[in-house]
Amino acid sequence: MKTDSLWMSGNEAIAMAAYEAGVKVASGYPGTPSTEIMENLSKYEGVYTEWAPNEKVGLEVAIGAAFAGVRALATMKHVGLNVAADPLFTVSYTGIRGGLVIITADDPEMHSSQNEQDNRNYAFAAKLPMLEPSDPAEAKEMLKQAFELSERLDTPVLFRITTRIAHVKGIITKGEMLTSKVECGIEKMPQKFVMLPALARNRRKVVEERMIELRTIAESGVYNQVDAGDKKRGFITSGVSYLYVKEAFPEATVLKLGMCWPLPEQEIKAFAATVDELYVVEELDPFLEMHINAMGVECHGKDLIPNQGELNTSIVRTSIDPDSAPDLFPPAELPMRPPNMCAGCPHRGVFFNLSKMKDVFVSGDIGCYTLGFLPPLSAMDSCVCMGASVTIAHGMSKALGDAGKGKLISVIGDSTFMHTGINGLINSVYNDSTSVLLILDNRITAMTGQQNNPASGCNIKGEPANAINIEKLCEAVGVKHVEVVNPHEIKACKTAIKKALELDEMAVVISRAPCVLIPEMKKAKHVPYLTTTENCAGCQACVKLGCPAISWTPITPEEAVAKGYKEKQKGFAVINEVQCNGCGQCFELCKFEAINRKGE
Amino acid sequence: MAATGNILFAGVGGQGILLASEITAYALLSAGYDAKKSEVHGMAQRGGSVTAQLRYGDKVYSPLIEPGKADILISFELMETARYLPYLHKESKVIVNTQQIKPPAVANGQIPYPVDALDSITAQGIDVVSVDAFDIARDAGEVKAANVVMVGAMSTFLPMDVSVYEGIINTRVPERFREVNLKAFAAGRKITE
Repeated sequence: MKTDSLWMSGNEAIAMAAYEAGVKVASGYPGTPSTEIMENLSKYEGVYTEWAPNEKVGLEVAIGAAFAGVRALATMKHVGLNVAADPLFTVSYTGIRGGLVIITADDPEMHSSQNEQDNRNYAFAAKLPMLEPSDPAEAKEMLKQAFELSERLDTPVLFRITTRIAHVKGIITKGEMLTSKVECGIEKMPQKFVMLPALARNRRKVVEERMIELRTIAESGVYNQVDAGDKKRGFITSGVSYLYVKEAFPEATVLKLGMCWPLPEQEIKAFAATVDELYVVEELDPFLEMHINAMGVECHGKDLIPNQGELNTSIVRTSIDPDSAPDLFPPAELPMRPPNMCAGCPHRGVFFNLSKMKDVFVSGDIGCYTLGFLPPLSAMDSCVCMGASVTIAHGMSKALGDAGKGKLISVIGDSTFMHTGINGLINSVYNDSTSVLLILDNRITAMTGQQNNPASGCNIKGEPANAINIEKLCEAVGVKHVEVVNPHEIKACKTAIKKALELDEMAVVISRAPCVLIPEMKKAKHVPYLTTTENCAGCQACVKLGCPAISWTPITPEEAVAKGYKEKQKGFAVINEVQCNGCGQCFELCKFEAINRKGE
Repeated sequence: MAATGNILFAGVGGQGILLASEITAYALLSAGYDAKKSEVHGMAQRGGSVTAQLRYGDKVYSPLIEPGKADILISFELMETARYLPYLHKESKVIVNTQQIKPPAVANGQIPYPVDALDSITAQGIDVVSVDAFDIARDAGEVKAANVVMVGAMSTFLPMDVSVYEGIINTRVPERFREVNLKAFAAGRKITE
């Protein structure tokens, strides 16, 4: 590695590129695989960064900064762009002053997502250019180009990465600092910025003129490259798929598109004419293929390449040459190892109680607590998108009428509540719902790696910030019954949930205890609980918590007798002292004094 | 052009796989290789099966290792090793930390832990180096350095000198953990030397 080279993930490289591009304001909402862009950018001097409560807010903040004449960035995961789609489609009309780039981090294979939508479709629908790098080094160069393009053509630029760019590390080089020619200041441009119908109709024309210019730029080859090779097969590809094509077919001729919208029609037609057979290799939707077909160019694409999940070299090679499939060792039969809530996770106490309420429908939401779905707790009945817990429970309550009373619970985390849950709660109060909302307040946005949110009391840099008081917020929108419980106190938690279910009105129970992964909790001294196995009666009450620190050892009747247990005892529970965080949930459930705090 | 080398790191979220793969990556970069590494973040990290895929060579395109092409499998948990059997070939080197972490169905007592999981690998004629990294790390002074013990055990299969790894531990690991990590690395390396 050269001395000026750095080893960085795609997201770290993008943060550095944003700094070098002269970004002054950046806003986003955490979401895998986009989160580390903002986290890293927040460490650079001279860039204002913030966590917004949701992606629509984040994009609008970035639009404001661009209107004020500075370079601005909005980051989000693919589904976040759905939330931000409203400003997206209209900022396409207004254009910008300072450069504006919107990063969408897509997640083919759904490593950590609820769907695998292909956000290239947004570029087509919103009539915006989209750039798509193949690896961290290219992401860094291309993001800087995106800002130049944005200001040159008065357009927001969409920048698409996927998991295998965001979370891939590679070698990158530090670059030059760029400066914008746009001046920061208030400039009133109502014809451009006030999108009421008469003015929007004018801007609509500007958008089409801009598309013509963008097509010319697409044709210019600035963002595209042709790797000359064997002409029997020609490949058109973009993003990470380019890397798989290069390894699967190193001899072939390849047209790599760095700008995946708009497409260079002349270049594509000319390229197609030089090769015997044309293949379009892309993950997810036949986006390039569809538009290439519309040019009247025939090609192979989704007739061979899967339209689900992520690709890799092997899939690309064998989809095109099935005979090349290697003989592989067969997979071993093994127990699955799904993710699980951590030892000492406060959510577990709530879901343990919900798992006992068999006739209740639990409308879930997006976060670590979605793991409450998994056995042994298995206490979640729906999960659609951010904020949908409270609204779905409300819709069910209206559909079910009296039959739904006392049977509808929605579960949402503090960060997701701030994201879009609050809107649903307002609706539920306004329209007289009879469901119960459980807000799991663990003081942090946990699933994405402990980011602060408006209720945490800290900003993106970890500095003190105004904290929204969740109970007062609920009361302010009109919830009359708001109760706060400690989820580690299992019985008290149950009593609170039952009480709320009995009310004939929208009720809120806030379960409050910090995530065990936040730094203060990691540093705090935890006194673990230990098992006195001779007292264990084998009731499995603690095992049913599904805590990774508790395991069950099955025994035979002979072994039971030898250990002094009743012959019918099937086993005993053991707590792993190293893993135990001392939350005490199992201690409360044990009726046989087999679990005690160390030293007590 | 030399063929690309493929190292697959496997284990359970929270075992220090990312640090182990970082030390290895920096060692390869110091030796002048191009490299790419793919990691898994987000939901899978909560105690689930995790991998890091590290590829190195003159020029690396894809960040993902193809099935059947992993030259080294360094596994931090016994049964997780066998999960990646389809990634191995006849000449693969497999280094296993014999620590067992029970997956939920085993912890609940529904099914037994597959203690003979490595048999599926040895049955294919592939050599497996078993390392009690947990005990070795404890002897070195810190159980959490088990990941560095494993890097030490793997290091003899890669072309870099010991000094390269030592240099990286000295510059990349916080000072208070350096000594113990250097000891852990040396103890791990001794196993395969």
